[in-house]
Amino acid sequence: MARAFTPKVVTANDLIEGDVIYLTEQDQWTRQHTEAELIEDEAHAQLRLLFANGQQAKVVGAYLADAKAGPDGPEPVHFREAFRAKGPSNYAHGKQETRA
Amino acid sequence: MYTYSEYDDAYVRRRVAEFSQQIGRRIDGSLTEDEFKPLRLMNGLYLQLHAYMLRVAIPYGTLDSAKMDQLAYIAEKWDKGYGHFTTRQNIQYNWPKLPDVPAILEALADVGMHAIQTSGNTIRNVTADHFAGAAADEIEDPRPVAELLRQWSTDHPEFQFMPRKFKIAITGSPNDRAVTKAHDIGLRMVRNEAGEPGFEVLVGGGLGRTPMIGQVINPFLPKADLLPYCEAIVSVWNTLGRRDNKYKARIKITVAENGMDTFRALVEERFAEIRPEFTGVDQEILAAIEKEFAAPAFRNAPAEAYDAAYGADPVFRSWADTNLAEHRIDGYAIVTISLKAHGQTPGDATADQMRVMADLARRYGHDELRISHEQNVILPHVHKSDLPVIHAELLRAGLATANVGLISDIIACPGMDYCALATARSIPVAEQIATRFDELKLEHEIGEIKIKISGCINACGHHHVGHIGILGLDRAGVENYQITLGGDGTETAAVGERTGPGFAYDEIVPAIETIIRTYLKERESAEERFLDCYRRVGINPFKLALYGEDAKGRARAA
Ligand code: HEM
Ligand code: SF4
Repeated sequence: MARAFTPKVVTANDLIEGDVIYLTEQDQWTRQHTEAELIEDEAHAQLRLLFANGQQAKVVGAYLADAKAGPDGPEPVHFREAFRAKGPSNYAHGKQETRA
Repeated sequence: MYTYSEYDDAYVRRRVAEFSQQIGRRIDGSLTEDEFKPLRLMNGLYLQLHAYMLRVAIPYGTLDSAKMDQLAYIAEKWDKGYGHFTTRQNIQYNWPKLPDVPAILEALADVGMHAIQTSGNTIRNVTADHFAGAAADEIEDPRPVAELLRQWSTDHPEFQFMPRKFKIAITGSPNDRAVTKAHDIGLRMVRNEAGEPGFEVLVGGGLGRTPMIGQVINPFLPKADLLPYCEAIVSVWNTLGRRDNKYKARIKITVAENGMDTFRALVEERFAEIRPEFTGVDQEILAAIEKEFAAPAFRNAPAEAYDAAYGADPVFRSWADTNLAEHRIDGYAIVTISLKAHGQTPGDATADQMRVMADLARRYGHDELRISHEQNVILPHVHKSDLPVIHAELLRAGLATANVGLISDIIACPGMDYCALATARSIPVAEQIATRFDELKLEHEIGEIKIKISGCINACGHHHVGHIGILGLDRAGVENYQITLGGDGTETAAVGERTGPGFAYDEIVPAIETIIRTYLKERESAEERFLDCYRRVGINPFKLALYGEDAKGRARAA
């Protein structure tokens, strides 16, 4: 039996600022994990990644990261993605500043 | 202090201009990331987890106040008001924006600094003993030779596309403070029977996933042969090195696979070939560089102010006992400014703190500062009578932590808080260990101990050579920390031994506490350091304390 597909989000770093970004359903890039498009289908995931890789002048290093549905939108699964979504733990820098 | 020649300045400016154009072409879309990445790495610009990171070289760890002031200015103007000093005597800025990088590089060039060859498969920043030129145990200041190596290796056409990165460390003292045995080439100054200074040359040391202690390839190399000999080593490795597999590409593997005898014979052969090409120009350049490193005009003054403060002020005394080292000149001391305030990020300094340190160097320190591989800042030449004033100013700036060489003086790499390669966090582990032992008020009782933490197998935090090494890993999607004991980065270098299975994030600080309590119980006296005690009793008492009676079983299961 084929393995169940783990839902994904497309994530990358912003070319200018380097900040972590996510692809939304509307083909926009957002800084919030919860606003990302949660992709539940493997073929669609590949298409979305192709789209992201076509945006060379905006983003760097796009890839698919495991995610799961949460009350406010998609949430990271792995702790690395959780740190990327949140920012460093030693200072309230990065996303933690802009969100405050 | 070496100052840039017109040639150096023109070269660095040319590189800035070239890279500025490349950044422009990346932003306007004419370069893809695949095309741009090698170009930015050649200029020290990484992309980490949350932002770009610019790694700036501080050659052999030496700075003057103008350079330090400029690092502060850059931190404030283009970063978030701080910088991170690393084990490789670099400073890393964690938040530059791509369009600002040309201006930052321009500002660096204004004070004779750059970020060239701080990345990529090149010869990296040459690191040196941070007490160079000041240490009481030193044969000669190794920095002129380090500067010669820097000039030789910078933009060397043969050495821009090597199998892997290449790191050289140098010390002029028998007490190795530069971890020379964990470098691709380690140079330790020694004297021959006639009393002339030369170098013991070590090769094939390195950390990373296959830690190895460097071996002696030449017990005494005359100073005049240094460049051709190093060139011979790099060139033999450049030919033999495993370009097929990046995990086997470092010189340590080349030496291990071919055997030291074969490797040495090839180096000798290559050396014989190229030695005649070095007609003495390098020695003329070295002589000119040596003049730039002339010792400062030390003064002869009474040190009563120091004695008085030492007698009267317990806070000053505690700081003096831990943070001062012996200077070669009577009446002088070497000051280590700790960047390890309890609970703070090891190696970070704010722009204000950088300015305070620059100012102290200017006023009391013959305008010299050093960055140590232990992520602290050094004022190498301070007259003892000035120490009370210096201490008072450091206190005001939050820089007077009296913990050098103690349990909270931890080396930690950026780990998963910043680094894209990380498998776990390291900074919060360091912060929590420091805070915990400060609360226990045990730090001074424990005495000399070195804890070193890396957030992945690459070992940027030197964990293999920590008395206690901590390696953060990702075990099935959770952070897990392996402990090694008995590592040593000095002249008696050793790679630490693993205790057994790792510990979860919330178990690691209690595990370290268990190790320390075991040491306090096992040691013969307060004079027996952790490392000496470990060497006497071995790993078993620690295993037993960590894992209980099933220690053996769990160790086997790991
Ligand atoms: C984005 C940040 C960094 C990246 C991507 C990085 C990457 C690496 C890699 C891949 C290695 C392993 C090389 C090998 O085994 O061939 C390594 C080793 C090392 N790095 Fe880093 N590093 C980073 C930050 C740092 C920092 C902050 C320091 C200093 C605190 C540092 C110092 C070292 C040292 C001392 C080694 C081990 C010595 C050796 O080369 O064998 N690195 N680094
Ligand atoms: S040891 Fe690993 S996590 Fe730490 S800085 Fe080096 S590459 Fe990054």
